[in-house]
Amino acid sequence: MSARAEARAWVAQRVSAAVLAVCVAVHLATMILAVHGGLSAAAILGRTRGSVAWATFYGLFVVAVAIHAPLGLRTVAAEWLGWRGRAANLVWCAVGILLLGLGARAVAAVAL
Amino acid sequence: MQGPDTTLQVSVWRGRADGGFQRYAVPREGSQTVLDIVTWIQRRLDPSLAYRFACRVGMCGSCAMTVNGVARWTCRTHVETVVQDDRLEIAPLANLPIVRDLVTDMREFFDKWARARGQFKPTATRHDDFAQVRPDSPARQAVDAAIECIGCAVCYAACDVVAWNPDYLGPAALNRAWTLQRDTRDGAHAERLAAVAGDAGCHACHTHASCTERCPKHLSPTGSIAGLKRATTLAVLKGEL
Repeated sequence: MSARAEARAWVAQRVSAAVLAVCVAVHLATMILAVHGGLSAAAILGRTRGSVAWATFYGLFVVAVAIHAPLGLRTVAAEWLGWRGRAANLVWCAVGILLLGLGARAVAAVAL
Repeated sequence: MQGPDTTLQVSVWRGRADGGFQRYAVPREGSQTVLDIVTWIQRRLDPSLAYRFACRVGMCGSCAMTVNGVARWTCRTHVETVVQDDRLEIAPLANLPIVRDLVTDMREFFDKWARARGQFKPTATRHDDFAQVRPDSPARQAVDAAIECIGCAVCYAACDVVAWNPDYLGPAALNRAWTLQRDTRDGAHAERLAAVAGDAGCHACHTHASCTERCPKHLSPTGSIAGLKRATTLAVLKGEL
């Protein structure tokens, strides 16, 4: 990656972190409320299926994760394993795409 | 407390990277600095000991070494501040190749300074009027807060990221780059921003602030690097980087 691209990646990491701060908080609150409220899986799906709001929220969450997690792991791997370079960058890119795919599948499963 | 008949057990690194610690018995004196200890060993016990110093009064930064695992100026480190059970461990600065004993090869440290474009690029000539720089302007205050660096490499030796990332320019080089970015007379702002961006530059800093904690001149490379992060982010968002 060029210095320019790395700078952009850093900004993307910060922006996705801000998004995740909100998404994670909302998600945790939702999970706790759902469990304490005794909601069954069917009841939860009854609320999420066909919901544009839930689809949008979790869709955004998935995109933020797909950006943030690979970039973070890339830095950790570079600093602790010395794993750098083109091959490493391609692998982390692939991880991001994988997370995006898996996440989109999950969102589709509960929201469509 | 301790009188002149107390003896210190001092372990000093000898050799290159594949060397080891050698023990010396050094009499403890009042108001003794670690540099005094090293000098005593070289003069009285082992003249083959290699070490650097110059001013011995805390101005030049030449005597920087690792004392009990911490990078510091040895001329400014009193023995009573660091001694543990009458023992001391003295090693060369970390994160730099060892030339011999307590002497490190500083070339990489200064090469990174150059790579960060830590040089002033003039824009005026002798035919122009003097530059007007108000000392109370925010830009000049930012420069003044970081300008006193004398290149001793204590921050570089203390930095975790320097240890983990061989390409990382390091706190001193980035600190100097920041002073030039805030210098209104300098003409290389765009190029310097490109030079300090990326995994080898300011974006690798994890804000551990070991540099700020250890700087003998009480500078804050962490703050300077944060400034570079702000400047590069703005440039990315404006499409200039």
